[in-house]
Amino acid sequence: MTTLGLKGPVRIRREHAAVLVTFGLLVAMFAAGSIVYPAFGSAQVVVDLFIDNGFLLVIAIGMTFVILTGGIDLSVGAVAALSGMLCAFLLGQWHWPVAVVLPLVLLVGVGFGFGMGYVIHHFEIQPFIATLAGMFLARGLCFVISVDQISITHPFFTEWAQTRIPLGEETNVTPTVLIGLVVFAAAFWTLHYTRFGRAVYAIGGNDQSALLMGLPVARTRIRAYMVSGLCSALGGILFAFYTISASGLHEVGTELDAIAAVVIGGTLLTGGSGYVVGTVLGVMLLGTIQTILRFQGTLSSWWTRIAIGVLLLLFILLQRLLGSSRTRR
Amino acid sequence: MKAVTGHRLFWPAAVLVVMLLANVVVTPGFFSVQVRNGHLYGSLVDILLLGSPLMLIALGMTVVIATGGIDLSVGAVVAISGALACYLISGQQDQGAVTGVLVAVALALALSAVLGFWNGLLVARVGLQPIIATLILMVAGRGVAQLITSGKNINVNSPPYKLIGGGYWLTLPFAVIVVAVVVALTGLAVRRTALGMLLEAIGGNAEASRLVGIRSRRLIVLAYTFCGLCAGIAGLMISSNISTADGNNAGLWMELDAILAVVIGGTALTGGRFTLAGTILGALVIQTLSTTIYTTGVPSQVTLVFKAVVVAIVCLIQSPAFRAKVFRRRARPEAPPPAAPAAADVEVNA
Repeated sequence: MTTLGLKGPVRIRREHAAVLVTFGLLVAMFAAGSIVYPAFGSAQVVVDLFIDNGFLLVIAIGMTFVILTGGIDLSVGAVAALSGMLCAFLLGQWHWPVAVVLPLVLLVGVGFGFGMGYVIHHFEIQPFIATLAGMFLARGLCFVISVDQISITHPFFTEWAQTRIPLGEETNVTPTVLIGLVVFAAAFWTLHYTRFGRAVYAIGGNDQSALLMGLPVARTRIRAYMVSGLCSALGGILFAFYTISASGLHEVGTELDAIAAVVIGGTLLTGGSGYVVGTVLGVMLLGTIQTILRFQGTLSSWWTRIAIGVLLLLFILLQRLLGSSRTRR
Repeated sequence: MKAVTGHRLFWPAAVLVVMLLANVVVTPGFFSVQVRNGHLYGSLVDILLLGSPLMLIALGMTVVIATGGIDLSVGAVVAISGALACYLISGQQDQGAVTGVLVAVALALALSAVLGFWNGLLVARVGLQPIIATLILMVAGRGVAQLITSGKNINVNSPPYKLIGGGYWLTLPFAVIVVAVVVALTGLAVRRTALGMLLEAIGGNAEASRLVGIRSRRLIVLAYTFCGLCAGIAGLMISSNISTADGNNAGLWMELDAILAVVIGGTALTGGRFTLAGTILGALVIQTLSTTIYTTGVPSQVTLVFKAVVVAIVCLIQSPAFRAKVFRRRARPEAPPPAAPAAADVEVNA
């Protein structure tokens, strides 16, 4: 088992190598894009990556927690869509104040995470099935609220969508990006500098050992799903800021993108090994692919999916090569 | 009584019966089946016809899950198979030509089998976790389907092709006959030969079964290939029923429904013992649920809420940990630890 933060001999560790490869590929892809398309290499394109993928970044960070414990959360896209719907409905139909709605929506996300985590740990239902039920429930609830797309007209949302924070001469960012960065910093701190974070890695490595060590396995596992639920709800709100609308069909397949980003970022799906930094790089890599396709113009959007699939394959094979027998179940 | 309630098919069958009875209460004529124009008509026939693709996919999924694996890519394979068949047929001079349709169907099924074979190679040869190995095709597959259709929906107007998913043969829906044949052949193969036992052995412990001389890798590849093939047939049915290939939406969330059908049917996701009859019951439960909701007039998307509730109930009932905890709290405070009732259940089931 890998001990984190321990200063070993100067040798690239397996999980570092995976993150470095992702970083290298990201840089290479960006360089290639800049050479082929002169407008590509501007700071605004980099910032746009964060703006366009801010919600995915937040969701993928939550997913990282769950995957590190050795679980999986299929409900993230649905919970995000539900958050958007709840925002649109409570603000638009019931005219509740924003200060009540936003915390409430986040609480709903945490509640979903708690419910799924509780069932997974205490009733020993497989994470795949439990979060699948959560996904169905959340998507279904979206359609209970409204079958159609709702546009959000609340001034808080419309103003937020237009707000730009200048960053130098020609570059500006949305507040969404700042929230994404804050979430990243919080996740980084939690995973590497708190007992909860250590316990997450320990459970993913071997939950029996973690239990015998006296770590609070039940609490940690449930909390990991709560973190994922919170991040999904926040991601949903950010997506609502971005599109100023809500629909039960928003963010279909986001769970796949999030899982792909986490895996490309070097986190093992078996749990116990990986970094949240890698997840950020993974999201950026997915975003870069989309941006390149947009610059290219003639290649259609479905190439994005194929490219993501090929990348997934490459990275998983890479992990196989770098990893020991631990990758095998 | 214990022997009846303890049977592994009891719960899925009970759920199905309860749902069908609930339908009779809402729609009195629910059970009536008539012959019109030489075709069978009725809600029950509809459930069988609309449930055919799901039954096939769930059948393939059962075999894969029996080996301790899972196949997330079936929905994508459904889309690819339908897309390829419709693309080939739409390019022909005479779309109604039987030979042309047969060639298209054969090529689409061959491609589906190859995709399943690819999954099997990744799992058995490269040694990836099944969930990861099939995730790759799940992500990329829908892109491939759209690549084939160039992102558009391809409409075909071909009577022979229409037969597969929407036609009738000997008064029965053709799709139902296909499912019956595939289920019967699979049942014969796994229960009348040693194949089923070998698959269960692999699911129980792949390494141990390899050591006793079972060619586990080869069988795992076979299981995934079969699953891909089943998904391919289902893809043909779905695209044929609506005479359209929709690379984006065909088979969307089908993998999840199929896994649910298997779980509701009583096959554990951990591999080992499996039941084909349970899976068929599970698929029918899911289809009946959808049909019930259509007939009651609730928006069809809300089906997902009911599906979530059914999944939660069925999975909780089947969970030994849940049963142990709930029954211990209710009746006997000094009941044996959770492991004991679980072991007892296994004996009853076996």
